[in-house]
Amino acid sequence: MSPRVFSLATLPIARVPGVAIVLVVLCAVFGLTSSGFATPANITNILTQSTILLLLALPMTVIIMTEGLDLSIGAVLTFASIVLAVTVVTTGSPTLAFLAALAVGLCFGLGNGVLIAVFDIPPFITTLGTLGIAQGLSLLVTDGQSVVGIPRSIEAIYSATAAGIPLPIIIAALAYFVTHVLLYHTRFGTYVFALGGNREALRVAGISVRGMLIRVYVFGGLMAGFAALLMTARLNSAHPTAGIGMEFDAIAAVAVGGTSFERGNGWLLGTLLGVIAVGVLRNGLNLLAVPSSAQVACIGALVIVALFIDGMRAER
Amino acid sequence: MNIAAHSVIRSRFALSRDVMQALYRLLAVALLCVMLATLSDVFLTTNNILNVLRQSALLFLMASGLTLVILTAGLDLSIGANVALSACLAASVIKFTGSPLLGVATGIGCGAMIGLANGILVTALRIPSFIATYGMMWMLTGVTYYYMAGETIHGFPPEFRQLGSGYLFGVPMPVYVMVLFLLIGGLFAQRTIWGQQIYAIGANPVAARLSGVPVERRLALVYTVSGAMAGLASLIILARINSAQGDIGEDLTLPAVAAILVGGTSLFGGSGTVAGTLIGALILTLVLNGMNLLQINSSWQPLVTGVIVLLAVWIDTRARRIGE
Repeated sequence: MSPRVFSLATLPIARVPGVAIVLVVLCAVFGLTSSGFATPANITNILTQSTILLLLALPMTVIIMTEGLDLSIGAVLTFASIVLAVTVVTTGSPTLAFLAALAVGLCFGLGNGVLIAVFDIPPFITTLGTLGIAQGLSLLVTDGQSVVGIPRSIEAIYSATAAGIPLPIIIAALAYFVTHVLLYHTRFGTYVFALGGNREALRVAGISVRGMLIRVYVFGGLMAGFAALLMTARLNSAHPTAGIGMEFDAIAAVAVGGTSFERGNGWLLGTLLGVIAVGVLRNGLNLLAVPSSAQVACIGALVIVALFIDGMRAER
Repeated sequence: MNIAAHSVIRSRFALSRDVMQALYRLLAVALLCVMLATLSDVFLTTNNILNVLRQSALLFLMASGLTLVILTAGLDLSIGANVALSACLAASVIKFTGSPLLGVATGIGCGAMIGLANGILVTALRIPSFIATYGMMWMLTGVTYYYMAGETIHGFPPEFRQLGSGYLFGVPMPVYVMVLFLLIGGLFAQRTIWGQQIYAIGANPVAARLSGVPVERRLALVYTVSGAMAGLASLIILARINSAQGDIGEDLTLPAVAAILVGGTSLFGGSGTVAGTLIGALILTLVLNGMNLLQINSSWQPLVTGVIVLLAVWIDTRARRIGE
């Protein structure tokens, strides 16, 4: 092979991950086109709004690393939020309501994990089925109506600040830290990498692949339960369509962040940047008064661009 | 040469097994009918039976193209959203030009273009099909809502409405369209080389590629066909309900997937028939129609459809494991 003078590989930019390029380009574009974008208040706003998505995207990264997928996470978030709202309205106890939301997440995570690991049903079809179930339950419980009358104590979780930092950001940072430690500093994390890369080796080493897969999906369900608390607090109500499609944003953030769907290579920091990129895109488009319906198409385009950049790098 | 001989043997063998499976499923249809006839006085009225036929025709049309995709071990989750955008664009064209023919061309053309885009994402960018088409679903939904901006387009020429609500010899028009595409689809899948190549890709893509099957082109073809069939289905829905809205295709994808899986097509590719999908569509329509007749809250429908999908795949997985 004769060396090519103008190969992309020779440029320093070729070593920068696609997500970083995407994020810088997005910030530059919105910073130039919209005067309200690069203000401290707006940046805090972007980060606060991204917290719910981060809570979904973190477990989604882990799940995708095991060559799995969770399409139900948005619908589970919605149902957990409804159960939380109904519980707090009827019993008046925020603690009980929060536990109920976690229980919903736990049940769906466990259900997904058992169907995938024990019954051997492919993840995307399993979670498509449980998506239908969670959505049906949400409609049945609420009859299509919003659940209102959330007490101030729950609402405060989204609006409160500690030492000047919004509480949701602290919760999200904590969740990121926990996931990071789980993934990179525990045996669980090592097995997760093996689940995607070399499942057979795990089996030969005597590790229960089924048990591991179930734990991974339970993690996803529990995080959806936590996210339900933030979402209910943010909206100050629960609605059967509130979280629908959130799984798309989460998958998009993971894909933009450079986690591979096929080889089980995950990058948690990439997911964090991907979540911020999706948040920046949505915020910037909002400032430019692009309707939310058209924003979805832009997020899809963002994923394709990021995959394309990473694909070009992988081919060399 | 070798693969042709192999596939002939395979298809003969598969045919006898498929016939047996079809008979079991027809038995299930008969049982469902007997059950619904005893539980509800309305079930056996001409109106309701024509209604069941019309609904299963629609479900079959959406599912028939998707069956080819699933035969290649792929999935197209964008068909519901495809129906919405195709219907809205076709409605605009009919309103604007007054020509039903141009509307039909727009609907099918739009559907096919979306399918081709899916095919490109899957083959050129190598994105797994369920992720690519799931992303496509949300993108199409976004574009449709943006385009419609909450408006409704309604009132189409009577000759166009014939397509969805007309009758010929007392049988609804969509049923004729269904029979036509059952024949075309069945012949294409079972009796053409391209059809056999689609089975081969689903059964073992590596072997198919090594045998000289142009895998990328066949994959692009099945996604395009799936999209075009969604476009056709959108026209029939449009002609039936006589109005187009952004949410027209909502809740159509999961029933179509369910119909295919209930019809005996394996999610893992390589086995199943288009005719099986028709029986699956009939079973699913009977279940949903029965729930309506028994006045069960329609919120139960996505839940029941989800459970049916999971059961069907579980049975498929078990059968596959026993087969090994």
